[in-house]
Amino acid sequence: MSPALFAPAAEIRQVEPAALETTAQDCLTQGMRFLCAWHDWEDDLCVLRYLLSRPGNRQFLLLELRGHRQLPSLARSVPLLGWYEREMQELGGVTFTDHPEPYPLVIHEGYRIDSPPLGPEAESGQMHGAYAPPTMPELRNDQVQDLYWGPVRADFVETGEFHFSYIGEAILHYHPRLFYKHRGLEKRFVGLRPEQAVFLAERVSGVGSVCHALAYCQAVEAAWGIEVPTRAQLLRVILAELERLYNHFHYFGLLAKTTTLKVASAEGLLLEERVKQLNGRLSGSRFLRSLLCVGGLRRDIAAEHLGRELEPLIYEADAYLQALHSTASHLDRLMGTGVLPRQAAFDQGATGPVARASGLDRDLRRDHPYAAYGKLRFNVPVREKGDAMARAEVRAESLREAFALIVQAAGRLKAGPIRTEFTVPVGEQAGLGWTESPRGSLLYAVRIRDGRLQRVKIKSPSFSNWRVFPLTVHDTNMMDYAINEASFGLTIAGCDR
Amino acid sequence: MPFWTWAGIKAGRASTQWPARGPDGQEGVLGMPRWQPEACQNDCQRCAESCPTQAIQRRGENIVIDYARCIVCQSCVESCPEGALQSSGDWAFAVRRREDLQWQAAVESEDGRMLQQKIAQSLRRSLHIKHVDAGSCNGCESEIAALDNPFYNLHRLGIFFTPSPRFADLLLVTGPVTTTMRDPLLATWEAMPEPRLVLAVGTCAVSGAPMDAGYAGGTGLDGLLPVDVWLPGCPPNPAALIHALLLLLARQPQRVQGGRYVD
Repeated sequence: MSPALFAPAAEIRQVEPAALETTAQDCLTQGMRFLCAWHDWEDDLCVLRYLLSRPGNRQFLLLELRGHRQLPSLARSVPLLGWYEREMQELGGVTFTDHPEPYPLVIHEGYRIDSPPLGPEAESGQMHGAYAPPTMPELRNDQVQDLYWGPVRADFVETGEFHFSYIGEAILHYHPRLFYKHRGLEKRFVGLRPEQAVFLAERVSGVGSVCHALAYCQAVEAAWGIEVPTRAQLLRVILAELERLYNHFHYFGLLAKTTTLKVASAEGLLLEERVKQLNGRLSGSRFLRSLLCVGGLRRDIAAEHLGRELEPLIYEADAYLQALHSTASHLDRLMGTGVLPRQAAFDQGATGPVARASGLDRDLRRDHPYAAYGKLRFNVPVREKGDAMARAEVRAESLREAFALIVQAAGRLKAGPIRTEFTVPVGEQAGLGWTESPRGSLLYAVRIRDGRLQRVKIKSPSFSNWRVFPLTVHDTNMMDYAINEASFGLTIAGCDR
Repeated sequence: MPFWTWAGIKAGRASTQWPARGPDGQEGVLGMPRWQPEACQNDCQRCAESCPTQAIQRRGENIVIDYARCIVCQSCVESCPEGALQSSGDWAFAVRRREDLQWQAAVESEDGRMLQQKIAQSLRRSLHIKHVDAGSCNGCESEIAALDNPFYNLHRLGIFFTPSPRFADLLLVTGPVTTTMRDPLLATWEAMPEPRLVLAVGTCAVSGAPMDAGYAGGTGLDGLLPVDVWLPGCPPNPAALIHALLLLLARQPQRVQGGRYVD
């Protein structure tokens, strides 16, 4: 068990609990950003890890605390860590003292697990219990109404329970209760052979199949020191950007639906369908599943002429986005809606288009290049206003950039191997993998011993953005809620895992 | 707004006429792998070893295939040295009896249990669906949402989604039924008027695979609700969903019997 696990992707710094608070403060002063935190039981030793990115530095910083299962909470000075700490507390057998949000997160009121599934014991109990409403802040006023919306909602949306306290149109307080879809995926990975578990990463979040599988594969490749051939690197970029395309078209289809533009909504969803059909022809799967593997790709795909094939779609997408951008009724509903200030976005951990729309210029593809992104040119759109309009603009531009990236990558494809053969090493290894998914930063941390997964941490972008989203709902009005939610483009499956 | 009306008229019709005629939109999309036992070597177990969800198992001398657990990952196809398992476009895998997802050497001549005459007649043309996500990965929701896009345009078949279980004929369930979704799912079922039907969508909802080994994930709808049609697939594509809905209404025939796909 070497303390140098996770090098060289990150510089590792050992910290004692007493120095944790001051170290965190120092990091923030130097402009660093906390990305995620996770715990691991290495045999009987509890190890806590905080991952940070440093401005202008491709190498991450990893703060490590070894041998403590009770730690001071950092959530007061680094609010975004609040959810990570609560999750570790409920599932990992770690406790955080003086936590400012001592409420259940993953395991709802009314449910329990007898021994923590990601704790020191190998065998975990089953979750059991019965539905109970969550405890909400008490608002004393005879005009206040409470709306419990979910977990089963209208249409065909994902499961989540949303609680509104409101007077007339004005929302006083909003609280989402998620994790109905918690499937215990991090535990599900444990014991599997790393090269066989890609299928599971693909099923964490269906519409993020490629980015999840890619981050996972890269984490295992980092742990085992596998270099992926150039052709596979380029094809991985193409797959990831195709995923971005259909996700962003879906986003505009839904956004236009909330601003009551039926035709514009249909057009967006039709463009999404056309990308999915293209995915099917290209790969056999509309979600581009069953292609990525540790070491490269399972089979080659003929993407050389993808640029030409996409040409009509590029023109249509451009006309579509321009038409949306010149529809006054649409823009009116987006401007000034659901404002997320820059400081709140930073403190609470917003990521992806949501963060970039609030002035945070961060993109893992550019700041910590992976696959073939380091060799390709693309812009990272940023806006300052932080409203629904800014979020839609960032999405629109990154949709155009996705086309540009696919055309570039396809143009550079040369015949060559698509997979590196490797032998599974004995002993202990660990690796980090990351991707900039359509919704933001996605991280996998894996630890492997003798060819079996011991711990897999999944940090999905929606886990970050769901924490941020309620801040833009408090003190707004009911009419704007659906527009605001659509402008965030959240999924629940990835958050809940 | 007038611009979008004009744009819509100008764009014209985007909907396919499938299944009456026209494309189903699934060109190249892979379905469940097909098994040709003649080509199979008796002493080889590679397909069973490669299957991440134990859809293929070895029982004594025989290979047993349960498509209820298949997530369409194609690993068995890649692992088979004899080509006995082949990739196929067999995705219209909806069946009325879950047993029909298990590969059988001899197909029973029984035509499958038809829906009760009363239900079939009362629901023959139109159908209102209540959807419940019981812990899916959102892949199924993405494909269900696609039914609403102009290409599939589900309304043309007289099938609609309804927000309330009170107005629903069919409960469409995705996901393995996580521990916390069990109560809300059963409450939704209780709220539906009779006659009521259940469609299990996706491999998770059919068998729980690949989530069933978890501390919070369930094992699908088996034993929980009376399922009328089982549709495995990971996720089933929109055309497979339409086929399953039409099978439910007895407007399309079942394609799979004894785990075998009939073209």
